[in-house]
Amino acid sequence: MIMWIGEYMKKNVFVLLFIVVLLCFLYAKEEFRVYDLPNDDGTSLQLEWDKSLADVGQIEILKSFDNKYFTLMQIPDNVFQFTDTDSSFSGKTIYYRLDVKNKEGELINFYKASAIPKAQWFNMQKLPLLIVLLILSFAIVYFINSAKRGKDLYIRRINGLDALEEAVGRSTEMGKPVLFVPGIMDLDDMQTIAGLTILGKLAEKTAEYHCRLIVPVSKSMVLSAAKEVVKTAYMQAGYPDEYQDNDIFYLTDDQFGYVAGLDGIIVREKPAANFLLGCFYAESLIVAETGFASGAIQTAGTAEPSQLPFFVASCDYTLIGEELFAASAYLSKDPQQLGSLKGQDFGKLVIILLIIVGVVLEIFGISVLKDFFTF
Amino acid sequence: MNYVLPLIITFLAGLLMLVSEFIPHKPFESLVSELEIWFMIISGFAIVLGQISLLKMNIFKIKYKSEGWKYCIVTLSAFFIMLLVGILWGTESQAGLLGGGERIIQSIGEKPFDYIFKYIYQHLMASMFSLLAFFIASAAYRAFIARTLESALLLVSAIIVMLGNTSVGTSMTSFLPQSLNFLHLPNISKFIMDYPNTAGQRAIIIGAGLGIIGSSLRVILGIERSWIGGKK
Amino acid sequence: MKFTFIDRRWIFLLILLGVGLPLIIPLGFKLEVSPDAQMVYDVIQSTNENRLVIVSFDYDPASKPELHPMGYAIIKHAIEKKHKVVCTALWPMGSQMADEIFHNLQKEMPELIYGENFINLGYKVGGMVTIQAMGKDMRNVYPKDASGKSIDDYPMLNNMKTIKDFAYVVSLSAGTPGLKDWIMVAKDKYGVSVLGGATAVSTPAFKPYVNDQKQLNGLLGGLKNAAEYEYLVGRKGTATAGMDAQSVAHLLIIAFIVLGNIAFFLNYKKVKE
Repeated sequence: MIMWIGEYMKKNVFVLLFIVVLLCFLYAKEEFRVYDLPNDDGTSLQLEWDKSLADVGQIEILKSFDNKYFTLMQIPDNVFQFTDTDSSFSGKTIYYRLDVKNKEGELINFYKASAIPKAQWFNMQKLPLLIVLLILSFAIVYFINSAKRGKDLYIRRINGLDALEEAVGRSTEMGKPVLFVPGIMDLDDMQTIAGLTILGKLAEKTAEYHCRLIVPVSKSMVLSAAKEVVKTAYMQAGYPDEYQDNDIFYLTDDQFGYVAGLDGIIVREKPAANFLLGCFYAESLIVAETGFASGAIQTAGTAEPSQLPFFVASCDYTLIGEELFAASAYLSKDPQQLGSLKGQDFGKLVIILLIIVGVVLEIFGISVLKDFFTF
Repeated sequence: MNYVLPLIITFLAGLLMLVSEFIPHKPFESLVSELEIWFMIISGFAIVLGQISLLKMNIFKIKYKSEGWKYCIVTLSAFFIMLLVGILWGTESQAGLLGGGERIIQSIGEKPFDYIFKYIYQHLMASMFSLLAFFIASAAYRAFIARTLESALLLVSAIIVMLGNTSVGTSMTSFLPQSLNFLHLPNISKFIMDYPNTAGQRAIIIGAGLGIIGSSLRVILGIERSWIGGKK
Repeated sequence: MKFTFIDRRWIFLLILLGVGLPLIIPLGFKLEVSPDAQMVYDVIQSTNENRLVIVSFDYDPASKPELHPMGYAIIKHAIEKKHKVVCTALWPMGSQMADEIFHNLQKEMPELIYGENFINLGYKVGGMVTIQAMGKDMRNVYPKDASGKSIDDYPMLNNMKTIKDFAYVVSLSAGTPGLKDWIMVAKDKYGVSVLGGATAVSTPAFKPYVNDQKQLNGLLGGLKNAAEYEYLVGRKGTATAGMDAQSVAHLLIIAFIVLGNIAFFLNYKKVKE
């Protein structure tokens, strides 16, 4: 048996040697490597090189689209990779040369590599995001369909929104206007849109109660949207003549100029009810405190966590975070909109479960879930 | 009003933005950049609407001598002065219709637009911002009352964090030995900010994020229409 | 009792005195460097010489008292470490803030030379869109500096192609666009380290980004951290001076809170009786 193995080895030693050399060749890490950067639009290539090359001397990268190389970059010390982003990449092979030079600038050695930049159709790093988004979306669509089929959906009370009619009634009794502030951001911010949806409902109430509604805005596009919302609300309430175009006006884009204008309106017009619903930043406390000092009943709502404490301290009712976005569904009691709220709650449940499972796994040193969601 | 076209545009634009987030391949990323640039161009033109509204309202008040009409004169004067000096002499980096304003720079040190910006506007903004210091004191006096257990906890945390953010707080507990370093006020303050506060902020951010997703889906799918003035 | 109700104007007057007097008569309260300020310092300290760095001025004069001293101290530190400071702005007035710091810092640092180790590329509208464009071709986004001169005339920018050529980005941010956009694009998309400077009120919102994944490599929050950074770079600036005022103001607010509670409980006892 041993002799047979020995004979076999003698005959096939060169074959075995060739296989070993081939494996070494295939799995050996090249000193200078270029490859397509994954999850991009095909305009980037990643260049990497061994640390040992940097120890020898100064590194310079040259690039070529055909045969002519040109200097791309002098690499600083202790840098071992470089991403070449070039919008002119068009799926053809790009050639790189890494020159190692000494302190005098003389070439010691050079390495060549090439790669073809490719665009990917899906960014794999965002797979966890897509999965969560799909789960949420399906949940929302499912509950919307459930609501369409007549299922009764429970929504807890939101005091700030229940007080809307009470606030408008109070203003009417006192003969004072209602002030609505949709925040300081533009129409591309979801909080502003959420604020405008509540403005529509509020405008219907002020139309019914024949109460004046003042809406000073900070952005021109919000002005157009607010005018349209209020006008339509007054028409739908059956009081188109009550609509006052001059009561919806633009102040200024500037943050503190806007709040100075708001303070002036509050002090002069003395509204009995203030609604501060939208995106606010540092000006939130200034307008809320001025409103408090004027004696108005105040309802505020924002998704900015840094401003919520100021609203809670100065306002009678505060809509915290998602309550602002739920307002439209809550006030309209439309089954489909309520269904979407249920879907959001399902999404929250999924996140809570993920957090609990993730924390337990991390305690036991298993970071699979954390790694999956890290991108 | 016909809502079909706006709803179709909303749906297509929303879907495109959503899908482009996951697809790096051309032309999705460039389409998204284009849409964002279009938004900036439209909002640039929309500024004119806002200025017209501002002028209209102030002129209306002056014309009919409404309450506070004199302040409207101040507003309009400031508006036109800044507009005029900017057009005529430009700003620091741009020349105006009358050139670079070298003579004016020699007399007042800079161009009128920059002068007004630096010595009037900047200070007005800083003054408005500084009102926060006063209002926060009056809000804290009124709001931090230990009526319940929760409000008492809030009160104690607020005091610890406030002290921890000052040099006084650092001095108050600087005598503590290394083994009791965790009781050093700035460390307790940092603990409150890093753990309970961060957890609460993250919860609000997650809730708000879900709210934004829900609202956005309602808007994209056309379920929510009140923002364009329509009912379903 | 008399202090069951204090007119808010007395509160305002006491705050005015409490903030104003320490600015005139410094009290010299001791300063201790927090881990937050140390984190930012360590990143800049450990970055190699001749690296390009971005300092983005994403604030306006309203937030100047808190963010300006941070910018001053950070740029001073970066110049001392021989970094090449490239200033940008996502807010319109940010560019003027950068110019102001340059002119003031030049008086104490003669080695600060415009075009050699400092440049102001000015304000660019667009926020996140601008940062995304920086990731593709920065020279296209900023063909000229704030004074209108071509960037090709500045050798310090020869190696500047995209945002990935920068060692770190410091965003001094008062709102949107600002730090969040830099984190979402520069860090999450292009892997460039991001350091933040924020006002005290918005700092809690950015704290979650200082995590194991280093979405934010460091965050300076408010006047206190600004004063600590000034201490680390050996400069007694406006933040250090402001800390005395802030300390007194905080103590006053605590005193008002205590008074308010005493008044409440005395009143409560009266009503109960």
